[in-house]
Amino acid sequence: MRKIRVEEITKEVRKMCIKANCDLSEDVLKQIENFKENEKSPIGKDILEKILLNADIASEKQVPICQDTGMAVFFVEIGDKVNIEGNIKKAINEGVRQGYKDGFLRKSVVKDPLIRDNTKDNTPAIIHYDFVEGDKITIYFAPKGFGSENMGKLKMLKPSDGIDGVKDFVLDTVNKAGPNACPPLVVGVGIGGTMEKACLLAKKALFRDLNSYNEKKHIKDLEHELLLKINDLGIGPQGLGGRTTALKVNVETFPTHIAGLPVAVNLNCHVARHLTVEI
Amino acid sequence: MKEININTPLTLDKVENLKAGDRVYITGTLYTARDAAHKRLVESIKEGKELPFDVKNSIIYYVGPSPSKPGEVIGSAGPTTSYRMDDYTKDLLNLGLKGMIGKGKRSLDVVKSIVENKAVYFAAIGGAAALISKSIKSSEVIAYDDLATEAIRKLYVKDFPAVVVVDSEGNNLYNIEVQKYKK
Repeated sequence: MRKIRVEEITKEVRKMCIKANCDLSEDVLKQIENFKENEKSPIGKDILEKILLNADIASEKQVPICQDTGMAVFFVEIGDKVNIEGNIKKAINEGVRQGYKDGFLRKSVVKDPLIRDNTKDNTPAIIHYDFVEGDKITIYFAPKGFGSENMGKLKMLKPSDGIDGVKDFVLDTVNKAGPNACPPLVVGVGIGGTMEKACLLAKKALFRDLNSYNEKKHIKDLEHELLLKINDLGIGPQGLGGRTTALKVNVETFPTHIAGLPVAVNLNCHVARHLTVEI
Repeated sequence: MKEININTPLTLDKVENLKAGDRVYITGTLYTARDAAHKRLVESIKEGKELPFDVKNSIIYYVGPSPSKPGEVIGSAGPTTSYRMDDYTKDLLNLGLKGMIGKGKRSLDVVKSIVENKAVYFAAIGGAAALISKSIKSSEVIAYDDLATEAIRKLYVKDFPAVVVVDSEGNNLYNIEVQKYKK
């Protein structure tokens, strides 16, 4: 068994919070640059240029790319040959607390969804655990802004709705979100499992790099087709028209019940923050 | 696209000159308010209490900035999504609010009220928060300090960049532009 001290986890999480919020990741940057070249709308092209300029300023000054530095979401994979010395949940939350304070990131979490008092340190984080083989811990982190989060949707389709039902639902969700989710978007789609599993899959899809594809051919084809169809909607950067409505569609699937076809769509804005660290 | 420099206060003559699609650079005073501040403002209006700033001919910027680093005027400060303020907007427009800066769609009710009250809705680029902050020259919390990022701030801005999305005649840039690129 390999021993990992929780202090090490806190230290890494603190760093991740600051880096993810201040440095636009390379895959997102490249994709925006690619789309900018082909954007036909003058307003749209100008917006994409400003988005890239903003990323430069944020990185240079080490200030947040977007003021909504999100709710801290983690997927944590724990190897079966790892012995964690201490409480991992507390360690991650402590890292968030330190990162959001030291990085001058916005504290956007309220303690109770109805009473709405700010917790003032951006905790608690949302943490999903998984257990895998190996002697490492992999931490996937995404600070999730709520302009885009609010536009997400779940639908329990019938098996007979099939792949066309899935496509219609994804397109309808993006179309209804329009300018609100800060396009160009990254679209995370979860298909299968149960109600909550579909949502988790959609979230997990947003953690994938923009140059990645689903390993299954029919799903990879679906990702590709959905991206083309979404960009035919004409919504464009910031919803002000254009051919760049989404930068990427990532789809994740899971086995499901004979009676069901759950589909969830989780949208991400163009900042599309995601970061991975292996310990 | 026409480029227009405007100075606050945003008086009726300036509003009527703005058309959907115009690019504007705003210089002067903006007041920040988002969800929680709007709730309090409208509660105050209903209770007949005085508001923390004169709404007449003013512009509200929907933003909750990130904390400022030492030596900086403000942190990153891009627009938040506007529809969450829709339920409160009519009451403020009826008091003479002339401009709103945010991002995203407004309800039909709000657009109707914009036309009736001769006001204008601007969009700034969501997620371009570090860039936008460069046009903010001073920032002072003037009300609801306990709301932290959601407090009302009086900002002095120079050449704050925005686009007219809904003008005083109800033209809507979102509808006009998307149609051009839809296949």
